[in-house]
Amino acid sequence: MSATTKSPTASDSRTASGSRTPSKAARLLGDRRLPVAVTALLFLLMYLGGLTRYQNFGFTEPQVFLNLFIDNGYLLVAAVGVTFVILSGGIDLSVGSVIGFTTMFTAWLVERQGLPLLVVIPMALAVGAFGGFLMGYVIHNFEIQPFIVTLAGLFLFRGLCLVISKESISISDSSVSSMAERQVSLGIGFLSLGAIISLVVLAVAFYVLHYTRFGRRVYAVGGNEQSALLMGLPQGGTKIAVYTVSGFCSALAGLLFTLYIQSGDPLHATGMELDAIAAVVIGGTLLTGGSGYVLGTLFGVLVLGLIKSLIQFEGTLSSWWTKIATGVLLCAFILIQRFMTTRRKT
Amino acid sequence: MAEPRPVLEMAGIVKEFPGVRALSDVDFRLFPGEIHALMGENGAGKSTLIKVLTGVHPLDGGTITLDGRSVRITSPLQAQQAGISTVYQEVNLCPNLSVAENIFIGREPTRMGRIQWKQLRRQAAELVERLGLDIDVGAPLSSYPLAVQQLVAIVRSLGTGTSTGGGEGPGTKVLILDEPTSSLDRDEVLQLFALMRRLKDEGVAILFVSHFLDQIYEVCDRMTVLRNGTLVGEHMVRDLDQVGLVQLMLGKAMGQLDELHDQQLHSHAGETLVRAEGLGRTGGIAPFDLEIRKGEVIGLAGLLGSGRTELARLLFGADQPDSGKVSIEGRQVSMSAPNDAIGAGVAFCSENRKSEGLVPDLTVRENIILALQASRGWTRPIPVAQRDELVAKYIKALDIRPANPEARVGQLSGGNQQKVLLARWLITQPKLLILDEPTRGIDIGAKAEIQKLVVSLSEDGMSVLYIAAELEEVLRLSHTIGVLRDRRLVAQIPNGPEITTTRILETIASGEHQ
Ligand SMILES: Nc1ncnc2c1ncn2[C@@H]1O[C@H](COP(=O)(O)OP(=O)(O)O)[C@@H](O)[C@H]1O
Ligand SMILES: [Mg+2]
Repeated sequence: MSATTKSPTASDSRTASGSRTPSKAARLLGDRRLPVAVTALLFLLMYLGGLTRYQNFGFTEPQVFLNLFIDNGYLLVAAVGVTFVILSGGIDLSVGSVIGFTTMFTAWLVERQGLPLLVVIPMALAVGAFGGFLMGYVIHNFEIQPFIVTLAGLFLFRGLCLVISKESISISDSSVSSMAERQVSLGIGFLSLGAIISLVVLAVAFYVLHYTRFGRRVYAVGGNEQSALLMGLPQGGTKIAVYTVSGFCSALAGLLFTLYIQSGDPLHATGMELDAIAAVVIGGTLLTGGSGYVLGTLFGVLVLGLIKSLIQFEGTLSSWWTKIATGVLLCAFILIQRFMTTRRKT
Repeated sequence: MAEPRPVLEMAGIVKEFPGVRALSDVDFRLFPGEIHALMGENGAGKSTLIKVLTGVHPLDGGTITLDGRSVRITSPLQAQQAGISTVYQEVNLCPNLSVAENIFIGREPTRMGRIQWKQLRRQAAELVERLGLDIDVGAPLSSYPLAVQQLVAIVRSLGTGTSTGGGEGPGTKVLILDEPTSSLDRDEVLQLFALMRRLKDEGVAILFVSHFLDQIYEVCDRMTVLRNGTLVGEHMVRDLDQVGLVQLMLGKAMGQLDELHDQQLHSHAGETLVRAEGLGRTGGIAPFDLEIRKGEVIGLAGLLGSGRTELARLLFGADQPDSGKVSIEGRQVSMSAPNDAIGAGVAFCSENRKSEGLVPDLTVRENIILALQASRGWTRPIPVAQRDELVAKYIKALDIRPANPEARVGQLSGGNQQKVLLARWLITQPKLLILDEPTRGIDIGAKAEIQKLVVSLSEDGMSVLYIAAELEEVLRLSHTIGVLRDRRLVAQIPNGPEITTTRILETIASGEHQ
């Protein structure tokens, strides 16, 4: 009885399952790299559009392009951290507050306490990473939604800013300004130290996500947490690590932001977590986790930055248009993703 | 012959879930170099025993001894490190990763912390080939059907540190396979058995769960039988025949099924219900004509991937046809979405009850009522009294256990989940019921009940399109047998006493019916 009589020949069943391999077009649509390509293409088109429209207003300067990295370096670093979290299927809402806190913390220690910057930097990074670790620990050990825990983190860090001082602290320390003004010449233009650091962070994140076991675990946990557990992966540790990475990146972004703006303010970077999340999603990472590339996040950040500079070049538009454009793009990209994931299933 | 020392001993195991005592005082032992079958009906506690052993669920009582030492295993990772590799019942891999990664994740070959992708792919390809599989290990797992995914899960477990794989660690001492064959075809099963035998010769202890009795008698040496969470006994396979085993599992005698066949042959089918003409979909199934009469049971036979499911999906509007038309009771219907089909009285019980059918977090009652509510529209709620009465009626009619409408469906055993899915569709009183592998992965008792149900539904005038991997099952139930081969409906054979599995097999093999 039963299956003994089922399959007469081997070749039969092979061809049958072989024919389930998707067609070329379906494969392309199902390719997880496609969203990154779409975002890159969008960036290119927008940039070309800017070139033609504002060619007489200096848009053709290579420095305009490089400024995208200079002006958005901190956002890129924060978004890289968020990419880890979203890839693992979580979310981090505390990013903006941690950035704000770091600016206050740094400004206060350097200006009011007179600590050398080189001592303050590791302290700030440690505080951010520890904050992330705590959130991850709570999320994993008490099985609470990341949304709630990081929302608590958002309030907590913003509150801590005010504990330090209610007013903004501007930084006049020479070590900060000299570091902020350090430039690296590239022949066609220059990059700031912050921009270079953000690109290094990006490269390291790429390496970690694609060439280390930890990185692959992040994808596995995001793909199916229960499976990851049953496959014997340390899924709890991975989740905690992911939030620690995000906390660290937020603190580093906070430091870059401090350099960029040279002050600490309890209201700095309010809502920046949303910019970071938008950049990640526009960069093609699925909010459900497990699918996406950190390189896409770079393009997401560049697209957002380019919208800002295009609106500046336009001159007549209010800066609120940045938000509107971001909103529209976000919608469009989520729809594209939706379309692609349903395609992939059939 | 003096027995060697068991590699694994579990004694007095107790496990309770809220409201269910899944295991009470179960003893179990596993010897090196032996294949040991864990037998029992659905819900007997087989998977639970495996899960407490491998640290997925904490133990509520009892001891585990591995290699003579008492151990406490609290996570699957720890179980793996202790040399126990497991393929759990539900495919548990990451669909977003490539096949190769799924096989190796957690123990990728690295050099100074850097994953060696080339080496990983090559090793994965070798492992896959060893099982006789022809798949691209670079493709994402989600691009393959369930059967292949199941094979990949097996490959992964084999790779965890045995001589077969390039893993690290102590090497697999114990290999656990919880119903690994439920969606495999005969050939794949044979490959798996060959591998199991080789591992056995290498001294690995194998725990094997399967609902196919023949498979048990083919490869196993020893078996432990569970019933309702208690130990019934441990036997050598050669000392216990199939009838004896089934009686142990059920606590009652078999033989209820055999009468079905003859009874079903007296066709009482009436006028045409569904007529499909030239219906087809490129890449799915070649255009076919099919007529289903009222009260008729049409069974679809064919190999895995021959287009059985694709045919059914077209009739349900789950896929869009490229050609042809369907009429139901003489009226042509456009099947552009399942909703149209449901409206026309077609119900579809899918093979993938976990991902397509049921909502595991809702209760039995909510799951049963879902389709009915959908067909009424969400603005017209069903009166509470009527609803409870309906649910109670179907729980009783299908013997859903536990008979508790408030139980969460995710916690029911596979067979009972299948019954809930059936109940959900039956409650809408469809004219045509499509059952896609309704008995996949469920035990003999539940299987018999579902088959009997099909017979009585057809007697009441409902038409049924029945898809099953087991030819005997198709043969026993159907008035007409549709044979599929290479995504083509090659024959429609009226059932009769002269039709045997061999005849059907010949048709599948040759593609024509004499
Ligand atoms: N996670 C869970 N929560 C609650 N009950 C469960 C859970 N898993 C299994 N059960 C119950 O434990 C019993 C044994 O189930 P299981 O071990 O899956 O049976 P088998 O594998 O033998 O078919 C069943 O009654 C089932 O409903
Ligand atoms: Mg089970």
